[in-house]
Amino acid sequence: MGFQFQFEPIFAEWPLILDGLLLTVWLSLGAIVLGSALAVLLTAARQLGGWAIGLCVETYVELMRNTPFLVQLFLIFFGLSGLGLRLSAAEAALLAMTLNLAAYSAEIIRAGVDSTHKSQREAGLSLALTKRQVLQHVVLIPAVAKVWPALSSQFVLMMLASSVCSFVSAQELSGATAIVEQRTFRSFESYIVATLLYLALALALKALLGIVGRLAFPRVSGLARVRTTGAAS
Amino acid sequence: MITSFGWPEALFLVGSVRWTLLLTLIAFLGGGILGGVTALLRLARNPAVRWLATIYIQGIQSVPVLMVLFLSYYGLSLAGFELPPLLAASVSLGIYVSAYLAEIWRGSIEAVPFQQWEASASLALTRAQQYRYVIVPQALRLSLPPTVGFLVQLVKNTSIVSVVGFVELSRAGQLVNNATFQPFKIFGVVALVYFLICFPLSRLSRRLERVLHVGRPH
Repeated sequence: MGFQFQFEPIFAEWPLILDGLLLTVWLSLGAIVLGSALAVLLTAARQLGGWAIGLCVETYVELMRNTPFLVQLFLIFFGLSGLGLRLSAAEAALLAMTLNLAAYSAEIIRAGVDSTHKSQREAGLSLALTKRQVLQHVVLIPAVAKVWPALSSQFVLMMLASSVCSFVSAQELSGATAIVEQRTFRSFESYIVATLLYLALALALKALLGIVGRLAFPRVSGLARVRTTGAAS
Repeated sequence: MITSFGWPEALFLVGSVRWTLLLTLIAFLGGGILGGVTALLRLARNPAVRWLATIYIQGIQSVPVLMVLFLSYYGLSLAGFELPPLLAASVSLGIYVSAYLAEIWRGSIEAVPFQQWEASASLALTRAQQYRYVIVPQALRLSLPPTVGFLVQLVKNTSIVSVVGFVELSRAGQLVNNATFQPFKIFGVVALVYFLICFPLSRLSRRLERVLHVGRPH
């Protein structure tokens, strides 16, 4: 006999799903803000510090990029509690996401920094800017502006990866879905709903990051607009 | 009973690596075939076909792998297939892989200069011959570094399949941890094993990028 889709029992659990959705949103936004801040700090440290600091940053980035997010999450959630530091599931999730995203973002921003020509820094210094000012206005901000599209996709990927936080019992969207599934016994329908919500979140986040990029880096996007209209006419 | 983390546990962890590697291999091969076809469809002449391939790629890339895993697991079992965990895991990871590889390979194919298409068309090659003899050999070289780089993502993402009952490296770590409760040590070892697999691949990807671009004008 054919399978009958029944979505009503799942919609009846909407408060639970909404809470999960909101936790996913907060975890993602928190990780994006904290993670990019940490990434900028790491990049600045790599620029200003000596080779030892550079090596430390690089080791950190490689360790995070070459191990699964899930294992990092386990290390933080179970490992830290084993050492006596108890974090709630959501706190552990936020910490893991922040540390993971910071490593990826630092690597992306580094590509932008590397594309700044040495002569530009020298020009900045010859205009009597301090080293810190050069780093901020000549190196970092243009670097972030240049790699903003790559950063945006990394942010969206992190939001999607946050779904594994349900493994440590965080009740974000996928954790909430697992509970709905147990209550309603409608597994397939539960995950269809969750998948569509993730899809909507991803599209919304992409749109939001596009707007943020245009507001925060008007010069770069303005130039891009001039170039495209120029090509069209 | 609580045991401590000794040689038997360490061997169990290392032994489970073969399942991680096997799963990676199956998902990569299956996803590679599906992804190759999707890449060609994405570049087809028929706009409706292009559009469908784009929707597929964008759709899969905009939902978590975990959801693909659950949907294919429950969906296929509703459709009447009795799924062993390895198969369920391979199918869902294969779908995930196909969307990303399709996009990587589409980019590589498009990066082959347009004149190559024109030149081969003027030699009266059919579209299939153009792909076979002119475009794909050049695109292959461009696609190698990002493909190896994506392999790292795949190895890492195999860690989530434990939810359908498949015991690979991460799940083995959880099982050992349940018996010994030395999470820092155990997940540290698990992370190290993943690192030993992924880091050489990352390095290889970067090296290929340098090597294969030697002598190219840009």
